[in-house]
Amino acid sequence: MELLKQPWPWYVAGPLIGLIIPALLLLGNKTFGVSSTLRQVCAACIPANISFFEYDWKKDSWNLFFAAGIIIGGFIATYLLSNLGPVNINPHTTALLQQEGIKDFSGLLPQDVFSISQLFTLRGFVFIVVGGFLVGFGTRYAGGCTSGHAIMGLSSLQWPSLVATCCFMIGGIIMTWFILPYLLQL
Amino acid sequence: MVYFTLFITVMKNIKFLIIGMLFGIILVKSQVISWFRINEMFRLQGFHMYGVIGSAVIVGIISIQVLKRFQLKTIHGEEIVIPDKIFQWGNVYGGLIFGLGWAITGACPGPLYAQIGSGFLVTIVTLLSALAGTWTYGLIKNKLPH
Repeated sequence: MELLKQPWPWYVAGPLIGLIIPALLLLGNKTFGVSSTLRQVCAACIPANISFFEYDWKKDSWNLFFAAGIIIGGFIATYLLSNLGPVNINPHTTALLQQEGIKDFSGLLPQDVFSISQLFTLRGFVFIVVGGFLVGFGTRYAGGCTSGHAIMGLSSLQWPSLVATCCFMIGGIIMTWFILPYLLQL
Repeated sequence: MVYFTLFITVMKNIKFLIIGMLFGIILVKSQVISWFRINEMFRLQGFHMYGVIGSAVIVGIISIQVLKRFQLKTIHGEEIVIPDKIFQWGNVYGGLIFGLGWAITGACPGPLYAQIGSGFLVTIVTLLSALAGTWTYGLIKNKLPH
């Protein structure tokens, strides 16, 4: 139990995530991918006569259960299986983030950026609302996210997924190195 | 009758709920849902995230090869099919846009759900905004280069 409560190293977490791929295939020919759930919710709740959302979403309702499972899993891991504390990141990263204006390193997210009260500041709006919009727009435009392209796509040796994964990294690096320092100053 | 159909749907899909739960637990326990971890990854200052994704891919490749080699069937006896992804320039444009967003929110769609479960309620707003992004993509899809 103590072992479960420690943060898990990459060589435990990574292979377990990899095993989700055959599990989903064996349980019903489902391909691993999370961002498609966003399209599902749009199709179910606000299709608005847009052809992209006019399909039989109920046929793929498995992934809504999958998404609900992730929320429950997050709850279980945090409230039953965790010793909460700061994330043990590279001290150089911490130092750079401090220079750029992050003060709170106590949790999984910097609470001085991501909190309900911050939502109504320009900085909070950019990090929460604009950031979320880019994630939802970009993943669908790219045809998948980290799970669908980087993990499922690469595992099934599909080169378009390799292209997409490289672009995720390029976009992320450009943001982190060149734009984020300014956004944090907002 | 409606309740009966609903009941059947739930029973048929409960296994995917359980797999999702395990995925959510792994994401939190390995700190993949941490904004700090994603920032460290994009600064190329930590191996953790590369280790998680890399080892997941290696296990994924081996698993798929095993499934193919032994021609394993699904639990319903169907042949296993993995649809091919067809390249389109959207992979590039969308990929770059998602990358920008990922570095801001520190979360891709899987971790967004897990963060909500972990009690970061402000992430509900991030998720709603991601839904708005997906919806907007659907709205203007035909006008975008693919």
